Amino acid sequence: MAGNSEPLSPRAKLAVTAGKVAAGVSRAAGRGSGSVIGGKVALRFDPDLLARLARHLDVILVSATNGKTTTTRLLAEALRAGGPVVSNALGANMPAGITSALAGGSEARFGVIEVDEKYLAGVARDVAPKAIALLNLSRDQLDRAAETRMLAEKWREGLAGVEAIIIANADDPLITWAASSSPTVVWVAAGQEWKDDAWSCPSCGGVLQRPSEDWFCAECGFRRPTPTWALSGDHVIDPHGSAWPIHLQLPGRANKSNAAVSAAAAAAFGIDPKVALERMYAVQAVAGRYDVVSFQQRELRLLLAKNPAGWLETFSLIDGPPTPVILSVNARGADGTDTSWLWDVDYTRLAGHPIMVIGDRKLDLAVRLEVAGLQFRVCASLDEAVRSAPPGRIEAIANYTAFQDLRRRVGN
Amino acid sequence: MSESSLRLVWVYPDLLSTYGDQGNALVVERRAQQRRVPVTRVDVRSDQPVPTSGDIYLIGGGEDRPQRLAAERLRRDGGLNRAVANGAIVFSVCAGYQILGHEFVNDLGRPEPGLGLLDVVSVRGEGERCVGDVLADIDPHLNLPPLTGFENHQGVTHVGPQARPLARLRMGKGNGTGDGTEGAFNDTVFGTYMHGPVMARNPQIADLLIKLALDVNALPPVDDQWFEALRAERIAAAVQPA
Ligand SMILES: [Zn+2]
Repeated sequence: MAGNSEPLSPRAKLAVTAGKVAAGVSRAAGRGSGSVIGGKVALRFDPDLLARLARHLDVILVSATNGKTTTTRLLAEALRAGGPVVSNALGANMPAGITSALAGGSEARFGVIEVDEKYLAGVARDVAPKAIALLNLSRDQLDRAAETRMLAEKWREGLAGVEAIIIANADDPLITWAASSSPTVVWVAAGQEWKDDAWSCPSCGGVLQRPSEDWFCAECGFRRPTPTWALSGDHVIDPHGSAWPIHLQLPGRANKSNAAVSAAAAAAFGIDPKVALERMYAVQAVAGRYDVVSFQQRELRLLLAKNPAGWLETFSLIDGPPTPVILSVNARGADGTDTSWLWDVDYTRLAGHPIMVIGDRKLDLAVRLEVAGLQFRVCASLDEAVRSAPPGRIEAIANYTAFQDLRRRVGN
Repeated sequence: MSESSLRLVWVYPDLLSTYGDQGNALVVERRAQQRRVPVTRVDVRSDQPVPTSGDIYLIGGGEDRPQRLAAERLRRDGGLNRAVANGAIVFSVCAGYQILGHEFVNDLGRPEPGLGLLDVVSVRGEGERCVGDVLADIDPHLNLPPLTGFENHQGVTHVGPQARPLARLRMGKGNGTGDGTEGAFNDTVFGTYMHGPVMARNPQIADLLIKLALDVNALPPVDDQWFEALRAERIAAAVQPA
C-alpha cells in the first residue's frame, strides 16, 4: 500500500503541527534535535497518530541488540532505489521518536524504522509493517534489561499474529525462536560471533549443540532453519545461489552481516540485491560511529561498543598492533549502572596494542586489564590519552555515554 | 589440595554466567598464578558431570529459568555434593548462592529444592529489586577488609544456625531480610549476592579461597594498586550514592 492515497485527518494534521512546534521550541532551547519531545507532544494530541502516519507507507521495522541503527541506514539507502524513504536515522527508536520521524516524511513511499527491542511487539501491532528485520539478541544493560530469553519470548508472542514478512538471522537461536512462530519468515545465515547467550535451548532449556556453523537441541528437536540467504565472506548469496559482492565504507564482519540482512529485506520490497548492495556503499558513518576525526595531530577512529557482543565484533575490526587503542567506559543511566559485563569481554584480544583507559569507570577497566595480564595506562582525560600515543591512527572504543563524551570532546 | 596444581572448577557457565561472574574464576586463577601456584581450570557445562576432585568450585548468578535448570541438573548429578563431602571449597553468587541452600523459589513461583550445602532458605522478595552498590563488614572470623559489591536481585535469603552471615551491611540490601546481613558461609561453602564481580572488588576473598584450598595461613603479597584504587572508589560511591 504505497503512496499518499489517504490524506491525514484534521486531528492528525493538528497533532503533527503541534509536534513540530514543540520540536522547534526544544531545538531552540538547545535540547538536542527535538525529535523525541515533538513526538511525545504529537502522540498526546492523537494517540493513534503513529498508526495513521504509517498507513501511507510500506514500512519495515528493524530491531536487535546490536546493529539496528546501522542496518536502518543501510536499508534506507537500498530502498531509495524504489522511491522516497522516511526513517528515524538518528536512532530515536521508541514510539515518540518514531512518530516524530514519520511525521517529517509526508512524501515518502517507504518507512524504514529502527525499534527499541522492548517496543517491537507494540510498534509492530500499531503500524502493520510489511516486513520486520531481526538481527541478534544478547545481554545488554544487566541492571535493568529484561532477561534476554524473556525478550525473545515476548517477540515470539507479539509477532505470532503479525502478517509481516519476517527477515531473521538463522544463526542466532534466540532470533530464530522469536521469529519461528510467524507465518512468513525469510531466513538469512548472517552469522553470530557472540554465542554466550544461547547455550540453552530457548524452547525447552536443553543444552544446545553447536557443531561448526550449525546448532540444534538434541532434546526437543528445535534447530537452525535452512536459510535462503547467506553471508559468505565478502558476498551475499541470494536464494538463486548468485553471489553479490558487498562494498561498504563501514568496517567489520558485523556490518557485512547487517548488509546481508538488508539485502534480503530489500528484496522483499522488490529491490534487486545488486542494486541494494551498491547503494549501501553510500553509508559512511552512522551517528558518528566509525567516523575518523583529526584530533591533536592524530587520526581518531570512533567506535561504539555497548555490550559484550558489541565489543567482540569491534575487536575484530580494529587495526592490528601497534595501533594504540583508547578504551572508555561509563556507567551512567543510559549505559546501565552495573559494570560486571566488562568481565564477559575477552580483552586478551588487545594483547600487543598500547592501551589507554579513560572514562568514569576507568578503574573497573584497569582491574579487568590487570587480571587479563595486559599492559595499560590509566589517563585522566581523552587529551592525556591521545598525547601519550604516537602520531597516526588511534582506535577509540567507548560505551554509550562515553562515546557521546568522546564526540563532544573532538567536536564531531 | 592435589599434589600438582590447584584445580578450579567453574560450574555451569552455560546457565549461570549472565552477570560477569566469570570474573571470579579469572581473578582466582590470576592470583594463584601470581603466587606461582599452577592452576588447572575446568569449565563444566550443564550436560557434563561435575568432577568431584576439584579444590575450588565457583558458581555464578543467572536468570530465573536457567537457575531452576541448574538446580535440577546439579541435584541429578550429585558431583558437587560429593566434592564438598571431600572437603572442596565452594564460592557462589546470587542465583548460585540460592541453589546451594535448602530451597529457593523458582521461575514458576514454586519452591525448588537446592543442594543443602549451606544452611539458608531463599524466597522471592515482595518489594523492588535490590540494585546498586553495597558496603558491608565481613565476619571478623574471616579477618578480611570491608566487602564492596554490586547487587541486582529480588531474593530474600534467611540464614540458619548451621551457617553464619558473611557480612553486616553498612549500605545496601544484601540478604534482603532487613536484619542487616549479607551472604552466608560455613567452613568450606560461601554464598553472596555481590556481583561486580565480587572478586574484582574484593581480591582478598580470592586469596582466602586459595589459602583454604592450599591449607596455608599466608600468601606472598602481590601488587594490588588497581584493586585498591577501585575498592576506594566503589566504597566512596556506596557511602555517597550519585
Ligand atoms: Zn530444546
